[in-house]
Amino acid sequence: MPKVKVPRKSTVIDMTAMCDVASLLLTFFILTATARQPEPLPVDTPSSVVKIKLPSTDIATLTIGEGKVFFGVAGQPIRERMLERMGERYNIQFTPQEKKRFSLMESFGVPIGQLKQIIALKGDQRNQPGLQKGIPTDSVGQNASELREWIYNARYATKELNDQELRISIKGDSKENVKLVKKVIAILQSQEVNKFSLITSLEGAD
Amino acid sequence: MAELDSSGGGGKKKGGKVRSKKQNARVDMTPMVDLMFLLITFFMLTTTLAKPQAMDLAMPDKDEKNDDKFEVADTRTMTILLGARDRLEWYIGSVDKPISAPQLDNYGKKGIRKAILDKIKEVRAKTGKGLIVLIKASDKSNYKNLVDILDEMKITNVGVNGGTYAIVDITEPEIGLLKRDGIF
Repeated sequence: MPKVKVPRKSTVIDMTAMCDVASLLLTFFILTATARQPEPLPVDTPSSVVKIKLPSTDIATLTIGEGKVFFGVAGQPIRERMLERMGERYNIQFTPQEKKRFSLMESFGVPIGQLKQIIALKGDQRNQPGLQKGIPTDSVGQNASELREWIYNARYATKELNDQELRISIKGDSKENVKLVKKVIAILQSQEVNKFSLITSLEGAD
Repeated sequence: MAELDSSGGGGKKKGGKVRSKKQNARVDMTPMVDLMFLLITFFMLTTTLAKPQAMDLAMPDKDEKNDDKFEVADTRTMTILLGARDRLEWYIGSVDKPISAPQLDNYGKKGIRKAILDKIKEVRAKTGKGLIVLIKASDKSNYKNLVDILDEMKITNVGVNGGTYAIVDITEPEIGLLKRDGIF
C-alpha cells in the first residue's frame, strides 16, 4: 500500500501568556510567604494527626526544650503592656526605647534580671544558642515563679487591650522530659488556665 | 513555544564589508515555565504547611485542697503508664486490684492502638458505656510519648460516645510496676 502522508500542522504554541500568569502567581506566593523569625530555642515538635491550625492573634507560646522554658506573645502592644506590668511587679524601670525593642522580640527566655541586657543586644546575637537560659519556673519563697508572672501579665494585657482571653500554646521538643512539661501545665492550672494547645507538626495517619 | 525573534535586520543589506550573519535565535521557554510552576508549588505548600498544627488539651480544674481523686468505675478504666525508652504499660482497673494483668506494649498501630480499640469494644459490650483512659506519664518518658498517646486518643475516638481520657499524676505503686517490668 502506498504510504499515506498525514499532512502535519505546526505544533508550536505561543507560551507567553502562560509564562505571564506563572510569574504573577509566583510573585504573589513569594510576597505572601512571611519570613520566619529565627528562634532563640530551636525545637523539634512531635508529629500528630490533628489538622487544626493555630490562631495567629491573642496567643502566647511556651517553648519547652533543653530543660528551659521560653515565652512569646503575639502582638506588639500586648508585649509592651506586659513588659510594663512586669516592670511594676519587679520594680524595674524600662525606658520607652527598651519597651519598643522588647515589643519586637518574638520569644525570649531569661530571668527578669537579665532582661535589660538581652533587650540591648542585636537580633542575631540574642538568638545565639545557649545564651538565653530560660525563664525560672520555681517559686521563690512565697512569691510565684517568674513564669507564672509572665503568663499572668500577658493574660492581663490581652484582656485590657483586646478584650479577649489569651490562648496558651505549648511548643515542646519531642525528646524533652515530661517532668518540665508537667510543671508548666501545673503552673497554668494554678492560674486556672485549663485549656491550651500543644503544637505539633503534621503527620499522616498510618 | 514563545520565540524571541532577534533576526530583525537580517534582510537589510549592509554596504560593502563583512555582512554578519545573524541567525534567528529561537528561545524555547518550556524549561522556564516548568521551573516557575515548581517554584509556585513549593511556595504554596511551604506557606500553608509551615503553620504549626495545634492539638487542644483540656485539663481538669486543679483544686489545691483535694488532689485528683477520680471516682471512676474500675471496670471501665484503662490506665496507661508511660515508661522509659518509648515503652508503655497498661491495665484495667485500679493498681492494687487490677482487673486485667498489667501488660507491656508499644506505641503505634499494632501496639497500644489495637489494645485501646479492643478495650473500647469490650467495655461497651460489658457495661454499655464508654471507656475511661487515665494517662500517667512517668518522669522517664519524653514529651513525644505524651503527644503520641494523646494522638492515639484522637485516632481511636476515645472521647466520643461517652468515653473520656485525662492526664493524671502517677502514683508510687505504679512507679513500682514500671520498675518491676524494667521500663523505668
